[in-house]
Amino acid sequence: MTAGTGQEGPGVPRPSRDDVVLAVAGLRKSYGDNEVVRGLDFAIRRGECFGLLGPNGAGKTTTLRCCLGLTDPNAGTITLVGEPVPKAAREARIRVGVVPQMDNLDPDFTVTENLRIYGRYFGISSATLSERLPRLLDFAGLASKGAVSIRTLSGGMKRRLTLARALVNDPELLILDEPTTGLDPQARHLIWDGLRQLLSQGKTILLTTHFMDEAERLCSRLAVIDHGRMIASDTPRALIRAHVEPEVVEVYGDEARRWADARGRALADRIEIAGETAFCYAKDAAALLADLGGQNGVRYLHRPANLEDLFIKLTGRELRD
Amino acid sequence: MISVSLIRAPELSLRWIPVWRRNLLVWRKLAIASVLGNIADPLLYMLALGYGIGSFVPEVGGMKYIAFIGTGMVCQSAMFTSSFEAMYSAFSRMHVQRTWEAIINAPLSLDDVVLAEWIWAATKSVMSVMAILAVVLVLGFGHSWLAFWVLPLGFIVGLTFGAFGLVMNSLAPGYDFFTYFFTLVLTPMLLLSGVFFPVDQMPAALQGVAKTLPLSHAIDVARPLLSGRIPDNIPLHIAVLLAYAFVAYYVALVLTRRRLLK
Repeated sequence: MTAGTGQEGPGVPRPSRDDVVLAVAGLRKSYGDNEVVRGLDFAIRRGECFGLLGPNGAGKTTTLRCCLGLTDPNAGTITLVGEPVPKAAREARIRVGVVPQMDNLDPDFTVTENLRIYGRYFGISSATLSERLPRLLDFAGLASKGAVSIRTLSGGMKRRLTLARALVNDPELLILDEPTTGLDPQARHLIWDGLRQLLSQGKTILLTTHFMDEAERLCSRLAVIDHGRMIASDTPRALIRAHVEPEVVEVYGDEARRWADARGRALADRIEIAGETAFCYAKDAAALLADLGGQNGVRYLHRPANLEDLFIKLTGRELRD
Repeated sequence: MISVSLIRAPELSLRWIPVWRRNLLVWRKLAIASVLGNIADPLLYMLALGYGIGSFVPEVGGMKYIAFIGTGMVCQSAMFTSSFEAMYSAFSRMHVQRTWEAIINAPLSLDDVVLAEWIWAATKSVMSVMAILAVVLVLGFGHSWLAFWVLPLGFIVGLTFGAFGLVMNSLAPGYDFFTYFFTLVLTPMLLLSGVFFPVDQMPAALQGVAKTLPLSHAIDVARPLLSGRIPDNIPLHIAVLLAYAFVAYYVALVLTRRRLLK
């Protein structure tokens, strides 16, 4: 352990072509008879924000654990910041930051102590930490809370501190597992602002989420996975274009279902009914809108197709546990 | 199911040190309460039984009864302190607070964390032995500088029982599980290892059992040290303690990997 140089990795120069920060090929992972990851391939390039989208149980977290070397895959190769994983997972993790799904800040320490002690796990010298900590506290919006016990922080503050903690080693890749699950809208926006700030500084981000607005706002590229397989991967816009009709009319109300069966089906390219809402997908919604204008007992919303439409189309409407 | 990757040799590095330091920092915040918690029990036993029973059993094995039981309490506190640390406290860090999970996202392996917890449990044993030893010395039962050798002995006893505790920790569904270890292992150990009365007063069969118990080997070393004599068979006693320690540590490591590296 060499204090101060740990976060820079081995002293050999990195190959200049390592534009790919994380490369995963043929990844498989089973628990007993249950194959959770069934052959995943993806690569994350420097400077992008890559989103892994999928319903609960799709294999997102297992994939991340494999990438970090926290569990051995049954098959496949993983190269994380140029290091083979799991073989050199420790060396790789020196240059990676992780925001876990559940907060695991150290409850016995103050805000500053949490950052400082976590920094020591990376072998970062006290001098370097003293220089970095004020910037990290600023970034987390916790500059005035440095000496406060984390037991008194709100959920949003804890998340921001966890994000700052993941930056303590100035990582090449930041991995976030459902970073805003359980946060209120204000707190989510603060996290998103922070992540956008990091992206503008050139950081690379891998995040898992099942919030489509989060993916749409942050991710330059996405992979939708379900049942351990990748079903689609591209930029958010290209994915929507490729898989979903461009216009959507959501029709609500007591009469929505009857209207959909009687008239909507003929006018839309595709209709999905969920509860009291009929989702009408069309290349051109003009005919739908004209018809709806004369209907009583229904309300409707006309909007462009979004990631949620894509997600539902690809992974279905049934409930996942 | 235990797979090949779970039984691989421990992957050791110096990265355990910051984890040990983390535990020390937390301990420092709560040091007084923690020391009191660790030594109140053995001190009460020593004083109550020492003066109580000591009033009608003046001498045991050539020692005053309170001095006799004082040496027993030195070993008892080492045993309980490390067991407690490796079970309740380690379980909090592993399972409740998920501190271990945070640490192994940094460039530490689970092996580093288990090693740190093991050495930390033994460190706490030394602290509690130090406190009991201070009382023994104040009461005038120290006799010679040899008494200070119970500190490294406390570390070894801490390794043994800390490793046992980590095995329990790796299997525990919740805190209640640790009660089994106290009632089925530690309490019998305490009664059969010569803490309260000499082992040679027990029936031969029980004496045979006592010879296999790590605590009785600890006591065979501690008691002469505190009465100013160099113990017999030191290598044997230490070897037994360390053998238990290393085997249990390895079992704990494999079981903890199975639990967390899924």
